[in-house]
Amino acid sequence: MLQKTPLNAVHRALGARMVEFGGWDMPVQYRGVIDEHLAVRGAAGLFDVSHMGEIDVRGPGALAYLQELTINDVSRLVDGQVQYNAMCYPHGGTVDDITLYRFSPEHYFLCVNASNTDKDFAWMEQVLADGDFPGVKVHNVSVDYAQLALQGPAAAAILAPLCSQPLNSIGYYHFAEGLVAGTPALISRTGYTGEDGFELYFEPAAAESVWAALMEAGAGDGLAPIGLGARDTLRLEKKFALYGHELSESISPLEAGLGWITRLEKPSFVGREALLRQKSGGIPRRLIGLSMSEPGIPRADYPVFCNGEEVGVVTSGTMSPSLRLGIALALVRGNTAPAVGTPLEIGIRGRRVKAVVAKTPFVTK
Amino acid sequence: MEFPEEFRYTEEHEWVSLEGEIATIGITDFAQDQLGDVVFVELPAVGAMVVAGKPFGVVESVKAVSDVYAPISGEVVEINEELPDTPELINTSPYEDAWMIKIRPTQASDIDDLMDADAYREFVEEAG
Repeated sequence: MLQKTPLNAVHRALGARMVEFGGWDMPVQYRGVIDEHLAVRGAAGLFDVSHMGEIDVRGPGALAYLQELTINDVSRLVDGQVQYNAMCYPHGGTVDDITLYRFSPEHYFLCVNASNTDKDFAWMEQVLADGDFPGVKVHNVSVDYAQLALQGPAAAAILAPLCSQPLNSIGYYHFAEGLVAGTPALISRTGYTGEDGFELYFEPAAAESVWAALMEAGAGDGLAPIGLGARDTLRLEKKFALYGHELSESISPLEAGLGWITRLEKPSFVGREALLRQKSGGIPRRLIGLSMSEPGIPRADYPVFCNGEEVGVVTSGTMSPSLRLGIALALVRGNTAPAVGTPLEIGIRGRRVKAVVAKTPFVTK
Repeated sequence: MEFPEEFRYTEEHEWVSLEGEIATIGITDFAQDQLGDVVFVELPAVGAMVVAGKPFGVVESVKAVSDVYAPISGEVVEINEELPDTPELINTSPYEDAWMIKIRPTQASDIDDLMDADAYREFVEEAG
Protein backbone atom coordinates (compact mmCIF):
# COMPACT_ATOMS: atom_id res chain seq x y z
CA MET A 1 0.00 0.00 0.00
CA LEU A 2 1.53 3.27 -1.13
CA GLN A 3 1.76 6.17 1.28
CA LYS A 4 0.01 9.37 0.27
CA THR A 5 0.92 12.95 1.07
CA PRO A 6 -1.85 15.30 2.27
CA LEU A 7 -1.84 16.82 -1.25
CA ASN A 8 -2.57 13.59 -3.13
CA ALA A 9 -6.07 14.70 -4.17
CA VAL A 10 -4.73 18.10 -5.27
CA HIS A 11 -2.19 16.47 -7.60
CA ARG A 12 -4.83 14.23 -9.09
CA ALA A 13 -7.20 17.15 -9.60
CA LEU A 14 -4.39 18.96 -11.44
CA GLY A 15 -4.07 15.98 -13.78
CA ALA A 16 -0.63 14.96 -12.56
CA ARG A 17 0.83 11.66 -13.68
CA MET A 18 1.39 9.73 -10.45
CA VAL A 19 4.19 7.21 -9.87
CA GLU A 20 5.50 5.11 -7.02
CA PHE A 21 8.60 6.68 -5.50
CA GLY A 22 10.22 5.21 -2.39
CA GLY A 23 6.91 3.75 -1.23
CA TRP A 24 4.97 6.97 -1.93
CA ASP A 25 2.34 7.83 -4.54
CA MET A 26 3.89 11.00 -5.99
CA PRO A 27 3.36 13.31 -8.98
CA VAL A 28 6.10 12.79 -11.58
CA GLN A 29 4.80 15.52 -13.88
CA TYR A 30 1.88 17.88 -14.44
CA ARG A 31 2.31 19.77 -17.75
CA GLY A 32 5.57 18.11 -18.78
CA VAL A 33 9.07 17.73 -17.40
CA ILE A 34 10.71 20.24 -19.74
CA ASP A 35 8.09 22.98 -19.19
CA GLU A 36 8.24 22.47 -15.44
CA HIS A 37 12.04 22.50 -15.39
CA LEU A 38 12.19 25.75 -17.34
CA ALA A 39 9.48 27.31 -15.13
CA VAL A 40 11.71 26.80 -12.08
CA ARG A 41 14.80 28.17 -13.82
CA GLY A 42 12.91 31.16 -15.25
CA ALA A 43 10.20 31.96 -12.68
CA ALA A 44 9.19 29.63 -9.85
CA GLY A 45 7.87 26.18 -9.08
CA LEU A 46 5.99 24.59 -6.18
CA PHE A 47 6.90 21.03 -5.16
CA ASP A 48 5.08 18.75 -2.74
CA VAL A 49 7.95 17.10 -0.87
CA SER A 50 5.87 15.89 2.05
CA HIS A 51 7.29 12.42 1.51
CA MET A 52 10.61 13.57 3.00
CA GLY A 53 11.28 12.35 6.54
CA GLU A 54 11.78 14.53 9.60
CA ILE A 55 13.58 13.46 12.75
CA ASP A 56 13.83 15.52 15.92
CA VAL A 57 16.86 15.34 18.25
CA ARG A 58 16.76 16.91 21.71
CA GLY A 59 18.65 16.82 24.98
CA PRO A 60 21.77 18.08 26.74
CA GLY A 61 23.97 15.61 24.81
CA ALA A 62 22.41 16.38 21.39
CA LEU A 63 25.50 18.10 19.96
CA ALA A 64 27.88 15.34 21.11
CA TYR A 65 25.51 12.72 19.67
CA LEU A 66 25.16 14.45 16.30
CA GLN A 67 28.93 14.95 16.10
CA GLU A 68 29.35 11.18 16.43
CA LEU A 69 26.43 10.38 14.09
CA THR A 70 27.31 12.69 11.18
CA ILE A 71 30.38 13.57 9.11
CA ASN A 72 30.08 17.38 9.04
CA ASP A 73 31.00 19.61 11.99
CA VAL A 74 27.72 20.31 13.78
CA SER A 75 29.47 22.61 16.28
CA ARG A 76 29.78 25.19 13.49
CA LEU A 77 25.99 25.64 13.38
CA VAL A 78 24.30 28.53 15.15
CA ASP A 79 20.61 28.74 16.07
CA GLY A 80 18.53 29.23 12.93
CA GLN A 81 21.16 27.73 10.63
CA VAL A 82 20.92 24.68 8.33
CA GLN A 83 23.77 22.36 7.37
CA TYR A 84 24.13 19.83 4.55
CA ASN A 85 25.46 16.69 6.17
CA ALA A 86 25.54 12.89 5.91
CA MET A 87 25.60 9.78 8.07
CA CYS A 88 28.06 6.98 7.32
CA TYR A 89 28.46 3.36 8.31
CA PRO A 90 31.71 2.30 9.99
CA HIS A 91 32.98 1.04 6.58
CA GLY A 92 32.54 4.52 5.07
CA GLY A 93 29.46 3.81 2.96
CA THR A 94 26.65 6.32 3.24
CA VAL A 95 23.51 5.81 5.35
CA ASP A 96 21.90 8.97 3.97
CA ASP A 97 22.53 12.59 3.12
CA ILE A 98 20.53 15.00 5.25
CA THR A 99 19.89 18.62 6.09
CA LEU A 100 20.38 19.42 9.75
CA TYR A 101 18.61 22.33 11.46
CA ARG A 102 19.67 23.87 14.78
CA PHE A 103 16.85 25.40 16.84
CA SER A 104 18.96 25.64 20.00
CA PRO A 105 22.10 23.99 21.41
CA GLU A 106 19.87 21.20 22.72
CA HIS A 107 17.35 20.92 19.89
CA TYR A 108 18.06 19.86 16.30
CA PHE A 109 15.91 18.67 13.42
CA LEU A 110 16.92 16.45 10.49
CA CYS A 111 15.32 16.26 7.06
CA VAL A 112 16.07 12.86 5.48
CA ASN A 113 15.29 11.09 2.22
CA ALA A 114 11.77 9.66 2.15
CA SER A 115 12.67 6.08 1.35
CA ASN A 116 15.44 6.11 3.97
CA THR A 117 13.39 7.46 6.88
CA ASP A 118 12.83 4.17 8.71
CA LYS A 119 16.37 2.96 8.04
CA ASP A 120 17.85 6.28 9.19
CA PHE A 121 15.77 6.36 12.34
CA ALA A 122 16.77 2.79 13.25
CA TRP A 123 20.42 3.68 12.60
CA MET A 124 20.14 6.79 14.75
CA GLU A 125 18.65 4.77 17.61
CA GLN A 126 21.49 2.26 17.28
CA VAL A 127 24.22 4.92 17.38
CA LEU A 128 22.45 6.46 20.35
CA ALA A 129 22.34 3.13 22.18
CA ASP A 130 25.97 2.27 21.34
CA GLY A 131 27.33 5.53 22.76
CA ASP A 132 27.07 7.50 25.95
CA PHE A 133 24.75 10.42 25.24
CA PRO A 134 22.73 11.00 28.39
CA GLY A 135 19.39 12.69 28.02
CA VAL A 136 19.26 12.57 24.20
CA LYS A 137 15.85 11.81 22.72
CA VAL A 138 15.34 10.98 19.04
CA HIS A 139 11.84 11.08 17.54
CA ASN A 140 10.65 10.26 14.04
CA VAL A 141 8.20 13.14 13.52
CA SER A 142 7.67 12.60 9.77
CA VAL A 143 3.89 12.22 10.08
CA ASP A 144 3.66 15.61 11.81
CA TYR A 145 4.92 17.53 8.77
CA ALA A 146 3.87 18.41 5.29
CA GLN A 147 6.68 19.96 3.27
CA LEU A 148 6.53 22.25 0.25
CA ALA A 149 9.48 23.55 -1.74
CA LEU A 150 9.02 26.91 -3.44
CA GLN A 151 11.96 27.33 -5.81
CA GLY A 152 13.07 29.74 -8.49
CA PRO A 153 14.11 33.35 -9.01
CA ALA A 154 10.57 34.58 -8.21
CA ALA A 155 10.21 32.46 -5.05
CA ALA A 156 10.94 35.24 -2.55
CA ALA A 157 8.61 37.71 -4.24
CA ILE A 158 5.80 35.13 -4.18
CA LEU A 159 6.31 34.08 -0.57
CA ALA A 160 6.94 37.51 0.96
CA PRO A 161 3.32 38.78 1.06
CA LEU A 162 2.13 35.49 2.64
CA CYS A 163 4.84 35.29 5.25
CA SER A 164 5.00 36.87 8.71
CA GLN A 165 8.80 36.95 8.60
CA PRO A 166 10.85 39.40 6.51
CA LEU A 167 12.53 37.07 3.99
CA ASN A 168 15.60 39.24 3.58
CA SER A 169 16.45 38.33 7.18
CA ILE A 170 16.65 34.62 6.24
CA GLY A 171 19.97 33.96 4.53
CA TYR A 172 20.89 30.98 2.36
CA TYR A 173 20.91 27.80 4.48
CA HIS A 174 19.19 29.59 7.35
CA PHE A 175 15.63 29.28 8.65
CA ALA A 176 13.04 31.05 10.76
CA GLU A 177 9.75 30.14 12.40
CA GLY A 178 6.74 32.16 11.39
CA LEU A 179 3.37 32.09 9.68
CA VAL A 180 2.86 31.19 6.01
CA ALA A 181 -0.69 31.93 4.86
CA GLY A 182 -1.67 31.95 8.53
CA THR A 183 -0.14 28.55 9.30
CA PRO A 184 2.78 28.19 11.73
CA ALA A 185 5.74 27.01 9.65
CA LEU A 186 9.45 26.45 9.58
CA ILE A 187 10.69 28.62 6.72
CA SER A 188 14.02 27.40 5.39
CA ARG A 189 16.02 29.09 2.64
CA THR A 190 17.19 25.81 1.12
CA GLY A 191 16.35 23.61 -1.83
CA TYR A 192 17.36 20.99 -4.35
CA THR A 193 17.24 22.99 -7.57
CA GLY A 194 20.20 25.37 -7.33
CA GLU A 195 17.81 28.33 -7.48
CA ASP A 196 16.89 30.73 -4.69
CA GLY A 197 13.96 29.32 -2.78
CA PHE A 198 12.41 27.98 0.36
CA GLU A 199 11.43 24.71 1.96
CA LEU A 200 8.39 25.07 4.21
CA TYR A 201 7.51 22.59 6.97
CA PHE A 202 4.12 22.76 8.66
CA GLU A 203 1.22 20.63 9.91
CA PRO A 204 -0.29 18.26 7.31
CA ALA A 205 -3.84 19.51 7.97
CA ALA A 206 -2.87 22.88 6.47
CA ALA A 207 -1.26 21.45 3.33
CA GLU A 208 -4.13 22.14 0.93
CA SER A 209 -4.70 25.70 2.14
CA VAL A 210 -0.99 26.64 2.07
CA TRP A 211 -0.58 25.07 -1.40
CA ALA A 212 -3.63 26.99 -2.68
CA ALA A 213 -2.46 30.27 -1.16
CA LEU A 214 0.98 29.95 -2.73
CA MET A 215 -0.38 28.95 -6.14
CA GLU A 216 -2.73 31.93 -6.08
CA ALA A 217 0.01 34.32 -4.96
CA GLY A 218 2.32 33.09 -7.70
CA ALA A 219 -0.18 32.98 -10.55
CA GLY A 220 1.00 36.30 -11.98
CA ASP A 221 4.67 35.32 -11.69
CA GLY A 222 4.35 32.08 -13.62
CA LEU A 223 4.42 29.77 -10.60
CA ALA A 224 3.86 26.18 -11.73
CA PRO A 225 3.40 22.90 -9.83
CA ILE A 226 6.48 20.73 -10.33
CA GLY A 227 6.74 16.94 -10.25
CA LEU A 228 9.55 14.57 -9.38
CA GLY A 229 10.67 14.39 -13.03
CA ALA A 230 11.80 18.01 -13.10
CA ARG A 231 13.03 17.79 -9.51
CA ASP A 232 15.51 15.19 -10.78
CA THR A 233 16.64 17.11 -13.89
CA LEU A 234 16.99 20.33 -11.87
CA ARG A 235 19.22 18.73 -9.24
CA LEU A 236 21.24 16.87 -11.85
CA GLU A 237 22.14 20.06 -13.75
CA LYS A 238 23.56 21.34 -10.44
CA LYS A 239 25.42 18.08 -9.59
CA PHE A 240 23.42 17.56 -6.39
CA ALA A 241 23.68 13.94 -5.24
CA LEU A 242 20.61 11.71 -5.10
CA TYR A 243 20.75 8.88 -2.59
CA GLY A 244 20.62 5.53 -4.36
CA HIS A 245 22.52 6.99 -7.32
CA GLU A 246 25.51 9.14 -6.34
CA LEU A 247 25.43 8.00 -2.70
CA SER A 248 24.65 4.58 -1.26
CA GLU A 249 25.71 2.04 1.29
CA SER A 250 28.59 1.20 -1.07
CA ILE A 251 29.49 4.78 -2.12
CA SER A 252 31.34 6.99 0.36
CA PRO A 253 30.87 10.75 0.61
CA LEU A 254 34.49 11.21 -0.49
CA GLU A 255 33.81 9.28 -3.68
CA ALA A 256 30.66 11.34 -4.27
CA GLY A 257 32.62 14.61 -4.13
CA LEU A 258 31.38 15.51 -0.66
CA GLY A 259 34.84 16.04 0.83
CA TRP A 260 33.68 19.56 1.69
CA ILE A 261 31.24 18.21 4.27
CA THR A 262 33.54 15.41 5.49
CA ARG A 263 35.27 16.86 8.55
CA LEU A 264 38.01 14.32 9.13
CA GLU A 265 39.58 16.71 11.66
CA LYS A 266 36.71 15.94 14.04
CA PRO A 267 38.17 13.62 16.72
CA SER A 268 35.49 10.97 16.27
CA PHE A 269 32.48 10.08 14.14
CA VAL A 270 31.03 6.86 12.71
CA GLY A 271 32.96 6.03 9.53
CA ARG A 272 35.91 8.34 10.26
CA GLU A 273 38.60 5.62 10.24
CA ALA A 274 37.40 4.17 6.94
CA LEU A 275 37.19 7.61 5.33
CA LEU A 276 40.66 8.51 6.64
CA ARG A 277 42.01 5.32 5.06
CA GLN A 278 40.36 6.26 1.75
CA LYS A 279 41.77 9.75 1.93
CA SER A 280 45.35 8.62 2.67
CA GLY A 281 45.35 5.44 0.56
CA GLY A 282 43.58 6.88 -2.47
CA ILE A 283 39.86 7.38 -2.97
CA PRO A 284 38.71 4.37 -5.05
CA ARG A 285 36.32 6.24 -7.35
CA ARG A 286 35.47 9.82 -8.26
CA LEU A 287 32.20 11.40 -9.27
CA ILE A 288 32.50 13.32 -12.53
CA GLY A 289 30.15 15.24 -14.77
CA LEU A 290 30.01 14.37 -18.44
CA SER A 291 28.17 15.68 -21.46
CA MET A 292 27.51 13.95 -24.76
CA SER A 293 29.36 15.09 -27.87
CA GLU A 294 27.22 12.85 -30.11
CA PRO A 295 23.44 12.33 -30.06
CA GLY A 296 22.37 10.10 -27.19
CA ILE A 297 21.17 10.23 -23.62
CA PRO A 298 23.32 8.72 -20.88
CA ARG A 299 21.34 6.80 -18.27
CA ALA A 300 22.07 5.27 -14.86
CA ASP A 301 24.14 2.06 -15.05
CA TYR A 302 25.50 2.67 -18.58
CA PRO A 303 29.25 1.87 -18.73
CA VAL A 304 31.83 4.65 -19.15
CA PHE A 305 34.97 4.13 -21.24
CA CYS A 306 38.20 6.14 -21.40
CA ASN A 307 40.89 5.26 -23.96
CA GLY A 308 38.92 2.14 -24.81
CA GLU A 309 38.97 0.86 -21.25
CA GLU A 310 35.87 0.57 -19.04
CA VAL A 311 36.51 2.99 -16.17
CA GLY A 312 33.18 3.39 -14.46
CA VAL A 313 29.45 3.71 -14.62
CA VAL A 314 26.82 6.43 -15.03
CA THR A 315 25.00 7.09 -11.74
CA SER A 316 22.36 9.53 -13.11
CA GLY A 317 21.78 10.83 -16.61
CA THR A 318 19.22 12.79 -18.54
CA MET A 319 18.56 15.14 -21.39
CA SER A 320 19.30 18.52 -19.80
CA PRO A 321 16.27 20.74 -20.46
CA SER A 322 18.42 23.88 -20.02
CA LEU A 323 21.26 22.76 -22.30
CA ARG A 324 19.27 20.49 -24.65
CA LEU A 325 22.10 18.01 -24.33
CA GLY A 326 22.65 14.63 -22.74
CA ILE A 327 24.39 15.04 -19.38
CA ALA A 328 25.31 12.63 -16.61
CA LEU A 329 27.11 12.04 -13.37
CA ALA A 330 29.38 9.01 -13.32
CA LEU A 331 31.58 7.21 -10.83
CA VAL A 332 34.95 6.47 -12.42
CA ARG A 333 37.91 4.55 -11.06
CA GLY A 334 40.95 6.34 -9.70
CA ASN A 335 42.04 8.76 -7.04
CA THR A 336 42.14 11.67 -9.47
CA ALA A 337 39.25 12.63 -11.65
CA PRO A 338 40.02 13.02 -15.37
CA ALA A 339 40.36 16.67 -16.43
CA VAL A 340 37.49 18.62 -17.94
CA GLY A 341 37.47 18.01 -21.68
CA THR A 342 38.88 14.47 -21.47
CA PRO A 343 37.19 12.38 -24.18
CA LEU A 344 35.04 9.50 -22.97
CA GLU A 345 32.65 7.00 -24.49
CA ILE A 346 29.33 5.87 -23.03
CA GLY A 347 28.00 2.40 -23.77
CA ILE A 348 24.44 3.00 -25.01
CA ARG A 349 22.60 -0.16 -26.09
CA GLY A 350 25.83 -1.86 -27.09
CA ARG A 351 27.25 1.11 -29.01
CA ARG A 352 29.97 3.44 -27.76
CA VAL A 353 28.86 7.06 -28.03
CA LYS A 354 31.26 9.98 -27.61
CA ALA A 355 31.17 12.22 -24.53
CA VAL A 356 33.54 14.51 -22.64
CA VAL A 357 34.26 15.21 -19.01
CA ALA A 358 32.25 18.36 -18.26
CA LYS A 359 32.59 21.23 -15.88
CA THR A 360 30.07 21.04 -13.04
CA PRO A 361 27.61 22.34 -12.13
CA PHE A 362 26.45 21.90 -15.72
CA VAL A 363 24.26 24.98 -15.45
CA THR A 364 25.37 28.21 -13.75
CA LYS A 365 23.53 31.47 -13.38
CA MET B 1 -7.31 10.92 -27.52
CA GLU B 2 -7.31 9.99 -31.20
CA PHE B 3 -7.15 6.57 -32.86
CA PRO B 4 -7.48 6.82 -36.66
CA GLU B 5 -10.10 4.34 -37.91
CA GLU B 6 -8.03 3.07 -40.85
CA PHE B 7 -4.98 2.10 -38.74
CA ARG B 8 -4.18 -1.13 -36.91
CA TYR B 9 -2.68 -1.21 -33.41
CA THR B 10 -0.51 -3.34 -31.10
CA GLU B 11 -0.64 -3.95 -27.37
CA GLU B 12 2.74 -2.17 -27.16
CA HIS B 13 1.04 0.97 -28.56
CA GLU B 14 2.41 1.07 -32.09
CA TRP B 15 0.22 1.83 -35.10
CA VAL B 16 0.56 0.52 -38.63
CA SER B 17 -1.07 1.77 -41.80
CA LEU B 18 -0.97 -0.24 -45.03
CA GLU B 19 -1.06 1.56 -48.37
CA GLY B 20 -0.47 -0.64 -51.37
CA GLU B 21 2.68 -2.66 -50.72
CA ILE B 22 4.08 -0.35 -48.05
CA ALA B 23 3.26 -0.26 -44.33
CA THR B 24 3.95 2.87 -42.28
CA ILE B 25 4.66 2.46 -38.56
CA GLY B 26 4.70 4.82 -35.58
CA ILE B 27 3.63 5.05 -31.94
CA THR B 28 0.15 6.00 -30.79
CA ASP B 29 -1.23 9.15 -29.20
CA PHE B 30 -1.68 7.14 -25.99
CA ALA B 31 1.98 6.09 -26.08
CA GLN B 32 3.29 9.62 -26.55
CA ASP B 33 1.03 10.88 -23.77
CA GLN B 34 2.33 8.21 -21.39
CA LEU B 35 5.95 8.95 -22.32
CA GLY B 36 5.80 12.71 -21.87
CA ASP B 37 8.30 14.96 -23.64
CA VAL B 38 10.11 12.82 -26.23
CA VAL B 39 13.73 13.97 -26.55
CA PHE B 40 15.48 11.21 -28.49
CA VAL B 41 14.57 8.77 -31.25
CA GLU B 42 16.65 5.94 -32.69
CA LEU B 43 15.60 4.30 -35.95
CA PRO B 44 16.91 1.31 -37.93
CA ALA B 45 18.77 1.73 -41.23
CA VAL B 46 17.03 1.48 -44.56
CA GLY B 47 17.39 -2.11 -45.71
CA ALA B 48 17.20 -3.57 -42.21
CA MET B 49 14.70 -6.34 -41.51
CA VAL B 50 12.22 -5.80 -38.69
CA VAL B 51 10.54 -8.76 -37.01
CA ALA B 52 7.00 -8.74 -35.62
CA GLY B 53 7.07 -8.37 -31.84
CA LYS B 54 10.79 -7.46 -31.75
CA PRO B 55 12.18 -3.97 -31.05
CA PHE B 56 13.18 -1.97 -34.13
CA GLY B 57 13.79 1.44 -32.53
CA VAL B 58 13.97 3.42 -29.34
CA VAL B 59 12.06 6.42 -28.06
CA GLU B 60 13.37 8.29 -25.02
CA SER B 61 11.54 10.78 -22.87
CA VAL B 62 13.36 12.95 -20.36
CA LYS B 63 12.88 10.20 -17.78
CA ALA B 64 12.75 6.89 -19.59
CA VAL B 65 13.91 4.70 -22.46
CA SER B 66 11.27 2.72 -24.36
CA ASP B 67 11.68 0.17 -27.11
CA VAL B 68 9.42 0.40 -30.14
CA TYR B 69 8.25 -2.98 -31.47
CA ALA B 70 7.50 -3.96 -35.04
CA PRO B 71 3.78 -4.72 -35.49
CA ILE B 72 4.56 -6.93 -38.51
CA SER B 73 7.73 -8.23 -40.17
CA GLY B 74 9.34 -6.70 -43.22
CA GLU B 75 12.17 -4.77 -44.79
CA VAL B 76 12.71 -1.10 -43.97
CA VAL B 77 12.39 0.94 -47.19
CA GLU B 78 12.34 4.43 -45.70
CA ILE B 79 12.88 6.10 -42.33
CA ASN B 80 11.65 9.47 -41.12
CA GLU B 81 14.92 11.43 -41.39
CA GLU B 82 13.42 14.45 -39.60
CA LEU B 83 12.62 12.56 -36.43
CA PRO B 84 16.10 12.29 -34.85
CA ASP B 85 16.47 16.09 -35.08
CA THR B 86 12.89 16.89 -34.01
CA PRO B 87 11.81 14.10 -31.67
CA GLU B 88 9.12 16.39 -30.20
CA LEU B 89 7.08 15.68 -33.37
CA ILE B 90 6.10 12.43 -31.65
CA ASN B 91 4.26 14.49 -29.03
CA THR B 92 2.67 16.92 -31.46
CA SER B 93 1.84 14.69 -34.44
CA PRO B 94 2.16 10.98 -33.60
CA TYR B 95 0.10 9.75 -36.60
CA GLU B 96 1.35 12.07 -39.34
CA ASP B 97 4.59 14.03 -39.07
CA ALA B 98 6.10 11.54 -36.61
CA TRP B 99 5.70 8.34 -38.61
CA MET B 100 8.85 6.35 -37.86
CA ILE B 101 9.53 3.79 -40.59
CA LYS B 102 8.03 2.44 -43.80
CA ILE B 103 8.46 -1.26 -44.48
CA ARG B 104 7.71 -3.72 -47.25
CA PRO B 105 5.84 -6.40 -45.27
CA THR B 106 6.94 -10.02 -45.56
CA GLN B 107 3.25 -10.90 -45.46
CA ALA B 108 0.86 -7.96 -45.63
CA SER B 109 -2.09 -10.02 -44.37
CA ASP B 110 -0.39 -10.23 -40.92
CA ILE B 111 -1.88 -6.81 -40.30
CA ASP B 112 -5.30 -8.45 -39.98
CA ASP B 113 -4.21 -10.08 -36.71
CA LEU B 114 -3.73 -6.67 -35.08
CA MET B 115 -6.35 -4.62 -33.20
CA ASP B 116 -8.57 -2.25 -35.13
CA ALA B 117 -9.29 1.23 -33.75
CA ASP B 118 -12.28 0.15 -31.67
CA ALA B 119 -10.44 -2.79 -30.12
CA TYR B 120 -7.41 -0.63 -29.36
CA ARG B 121 -9.55 2.12 -27.80
CA GLU B 122 -11.10 -0.51 -25.54
CA PHE B 123 -7.63 -1.92 -24.74
CA VAL B 124 -6.32 1.51 -23.77
CA GLU B 125 -9.37 2.29 -21.65
CA GLU B 126 -8.88 -0.95 -19.74
CA ALA B 127 -5.16 -0.25 -19.30
CA GLY B 128 -5.60 3.38 -18.28
